[in-house]
Amino acid sequence: MSVDKNVVKKISRLARIHVSEERSEMLSSDLGNILNWIEQLEEVNTDGVEPLSGVNEHLLAWRDDTVTDGEITDEVLKNAPEKAGEFFVVPKVIE
Amino acid sequence: MSDLLKMTATEARNSLLKKEISSVELLNAYQNAMEKTEALNNYVTTTLDAAKQMAVNADKAYAQGNAGSLAGLPIGVKDLFCTKNIETTACSAILKGFLPSYESTVTSNIWQSGGVMLGKLNCDEFAMGSSNETSIFGPAVNPWSKIDGIDLSSGGSSGGSASSVAAGSALMSLGTDTGGSIRQPAAFCGVVGLKPTYGRCSRWGIVAFASSLDQAGPFTRTVEDSALIFSVMAGHDPKDSTSASLGYTNFSEAVKSGIEGLRIGIPAEYNVDGMDIEISDLWKKGRAWLEQAGAKIVDINLPHTKYALPCYYIIAPAEASSNLARYDGIRYGKRIEAETLDAMYEATRADGFGEEVQRRILIGTYALSAGYYDAYYLKAQQVRRLIKEDFDEAFNDVDAILTPTTPTPAFPLGAEVSDPITMYLNDVFTVPANLAGLPGISVPAGFSNQGLPLGLQLLAPPFEEGRLFSVANAIEKQAEFLLAPARAAGDLQ
Amino acid sequence: MSILVSGRTGDWEIVIGMEVHAQVVSNSKLFSGSSAVFGASPNNHVSLVDAAMPGMLPVINGQCVKQAVLTGLGLNAKINKFSVFDRKNYFYADLPQGYQISQFKHPIVGEGEIQIELSDGSIHKVGIERLHLEQDAGKSLHDQHPSKSYIDLNRSGVALMEIVSKPEMHSAEQAAAYIKKLRSILRYLGTCDGNMEEGSLRADVNVSVRRPGDILGTRTETKNLNSVRFIMQAIEFEVQRQIELIEDGGEVIQETRLFDTSTGMTRTMRGKEDAHDYRYFPDPDLLPLTFDDAFIDKLKDGMPELPDEIKNRMVNEYGLSSYDANVLTEERETAVFYELASDGRDRKITANWMSVELFGALNKAGIELAQSPVKPKQLGGLVDLISDGSISGKIAKEVFSSMFETGKDAKVIVEERGLKQVSDESAIIYMIDEVLAANLDKVDEYRGGKEKLFGFFVGQVMKASKGQANPGMVNQLLKQKLDI
Repeated sequence: MSVDKNVVKKISRLARIHVSEERSEMLSSDLGNILNWIEQLEEVNTDGVEPLSGVNEHLLAWRDDTVTDGEITDEVLKNAPEKAGEFFVVPKVIE
Repeated sequence: MSDLLKMTATEARNSLLKKEISSVELLNAYQNAMEKTEALNNYVTTTLDAAKQMAVNADKAYAQGNAGSLAGLPIGVKDLFCTKNIETTACSAILKGFLPSYESTVTSNIWQSGGVMLGKLNCDEFAMGSSNETSIFGPAVNPWSKIDGIDLSSGGSSGGSASSVAAGSALMSLGTDTGGSIRQPAAFCGVVGLKPTYGRCSRWGIVAFASSLDQAGPFTRTVEDSALIFSVMAGHDPKDSTSASLGYTNFSEAVKSGIEGLRIGIPAEYNVDGMDIEISDLWKKGRAWLEQAGAKIVDINLPHTKYALPCYYIIAPAEASSNLARYDGIRYGKRIEAETLDAMYEATRADGFGEEVQRRILIGTYALSAGYYDAYYLKAQQVRRLIKEDFDEAFNDVDAILTPTTPTPAFPLGAEVSDPITMYLNDVFTVPANLAGLPGISVPAGFSNQGLPLGLQLLAPPFEEGRLFSVANAIEKQAEFLLAPARAAGDLQ
Repeated sequence: MSILVSGRTGDWEIVIGMEVHAQVVSNSKLFSGSSAVFGASPNNHVSLVDAAMPGMLPVINGQCVKQAVLTGLGLNAKINKFSVFDRKNYFYADLPQGYQISQFKHPIVGEGEIQIELSDGSIHKVGIERLHLEQDAGKSLHDQHPSKSYIDLNRSGVALMEIVSKPEMHSAEQAAAYIKKLRSILRYLGTCDGNMEEGSLRADVNVSVRRPGDILGTRTETKNLNSVRFIMQAIEFEVQRQIELIEDGGEVIQETRLFDTSTGMTRTMRGKEDAHDYRYFPDPDLLPLTFDDAFIDKLKDGMPELPDEIKNRMVNEYGLSSYDANVLTEERETAVFYELASDGRDRKITANWMSVELFGALNKAGIELAQSPVKPKQLGGLVDLISDGSISGKIAKEVFSSMFETGKDAKVIVEERGLKQVSDESAIIYMIDEVLAANLDKVDEYRGGKEKLFGFFVGQVMKASKGQANPGMVNQLLKQKLDI
């Protein structure tokens, strides 16, 4: 699998990581090499094999519907790079 | 003073109980050791003021006869655990300055049992790496001798955790293991490293790398110490849905049980190309030791072993690409200002994440993206099941599995960092346990021709850490490993 | 249920599907213990989990699971005992995790259906594709600062049910009937408060047009419509826009559109030019959601009666018209009020008084049924007085107005004002004789064949009794007297 610069552009955009033109070249070869190496997985016959996303064997436990958290505005906001009053602040978004 | 550094955690605990030493004395010895070994770059933050208070409290508790099982024992923490009001960075620029208002469940357990916090330990950025070289703080250095004048890697990602225990600047330490991040550095530095069963220790409050693989575990100088601290770390946490609901177990008992009659599997597939001869020799030794201790050695097959690494390098980056989306410059951490929201995201994340982290986020994004999901992510999940089934089948026949921990001893810094795949191959023996959720332990068992430590790995079925301790103890006893790194703070044995 | 719209070049068929986001009624959020209540100060109902602090993990709220299953039962849908939470990955300022926990491949509820009734009385079925649980996002405020947006995470993590219909609606009216019916079912079940203004219930509407019999056309999705009127307007606008576009030789582009409430028009959403690639995958922080039949059965046993069942009972057992039954069952409160008011007395008269007089008065006063000064038993008391002939319909209206003003019982008002109907035969005959004596010429005309004068005599007698004479008796006795 070769990863061309357009693919690098697309995925770096999806991942919201700016990739400069010159890095894009390097990344496309890096990612291409890694994916080539990963493609040895194709050798494995996985017909009919159920995918495994986690190894837990217990059942998902449910929480009671009680309010036990929140009302910690200061804690929530204290590490924010920019805030105004009780809001987080970001560059203006146009919908 | 140097005698204090020689004590194992269990010995120190006994001396503290007998009032032969005080927690404050012990802390002073470690504070001194931390200063002496500063060049190893193990600590990224020290918390000695808090430590002093904790040591004083521990001494009070001993005086009152209600000291917890770790009271007064100096412990370092990988900088991936969130610690209340203590900077937690995951060794990434993007989290520089982050002060959590909360304490991870595992570290809470440790402090509640009286552990004394020395500081936060160096690691690869977001635990992504096998040499500690992706850390924004620079690599933690292996305390064993240099090769050709070049510092050796402590391994990774929990490099600082392994190096500090080996160098005597922490009595014990905490790390995390997603693909070998505890066991590989433990092997490189000559200490005991335990990766517990997935679900055994709470992940709450630990910066996530790959949620279905991450587990916290301890670094110690002996197997006995490992059992001591692990008994405190383990336990059900309702705040982590993947935490198993099992009651408290004191694993110290398990260390002493004999292994007569246990069946130990030797997987043929772990004889990989490029494995150093000294590693395969050590593996043979381990096999003989266990036989002498009364175990039965069984040759087994784990046919999909070869595919564990490529499988891992899809699953872990895929999960990471999503787990690391929250570092967006809005609620905490670094922000690079820009005109638009998207430009702010892109600049912040390009600047805040290092090369390897970006590489993994991009690989993970690719593997999950439309058109590639089935070929990469789904395929990897299927292979993951086959790998787990290999182990399920093997454990029908054997009680534990013995393998080397790493294919090579520690390598010089800079040697592998330029080639990601070579770096990834470090984890070839450790990754399968993460994929299958199994407990694994690395025990220092011998030396390379150049005098570098080598480790043997033991794997057991889920939640059989007790059995791991028994078998690891048998290896430890016969290996008579001498922990004497050239750059340690003093004599450790 | 094909409805055609004619364009310049021929007929068009409209195809509509709807994705409704319904906020689950619960105390706390789907995966955290902070309050799900609307209206706190900014970032106050936010936990460390909701703010996606490093190392925070989701733990599911069992009540939200129950509410989703209950809703599934109310939609006659398949309940999936195994479902999976996935992460839907995208970046947005009010999505702190960088992903929304949702259900993609394995939703908690599968196919079901809703029955809708149109104004012409026709009944249609609209298929439900699925229902899944997911987290709400926070809120971005764009009007607080010239170059900044402000973020409030109070909504972040609140439980939503996304209810996806099949593309089986073919007019704005059908779509309106669908959302009204869905809202009604949710409110009966108590799983969503249905408050569209506050955003507890909002719809994304997919619209496409095609030539009758053709394959589906390209659809657009208009997001976040929070009233029935807006839903209808958006559909009507989209249908016209798409038909004109195609008839002018253009092509509909599959896109997300926004509805402008001030102009009634839709427009392309800016800033979403990227092709969506949500990279769904199972959330590794959670395990599959599972429960057994006993869990479902217990919820089934505790289920309230739903509008369709109540309506059937009203039509078949109470003899109400389908229209009245619809009006009385649209809201659960109305149905409960009606059942209480009509219990043990004439169901039809009660229905009539409720839907005409009571609703009229409430409307005029601008208050909700819950605040009605006339309580169910009191309305019943009024109906009793009508049924046993104590008061006439005309007097009853007067009594009702007074009840509405004072909150007094009908009986009390009738007694206080001496409004009781005259049903004493001799008294009525006396009044009839007086009227006939005063109008002998008209009596002759009537007897001579001018039968419409009968009404005149009735009116005169009623007038003489100040409206209190029992009209039935007046009729009967007059006839006897005149038809000698």
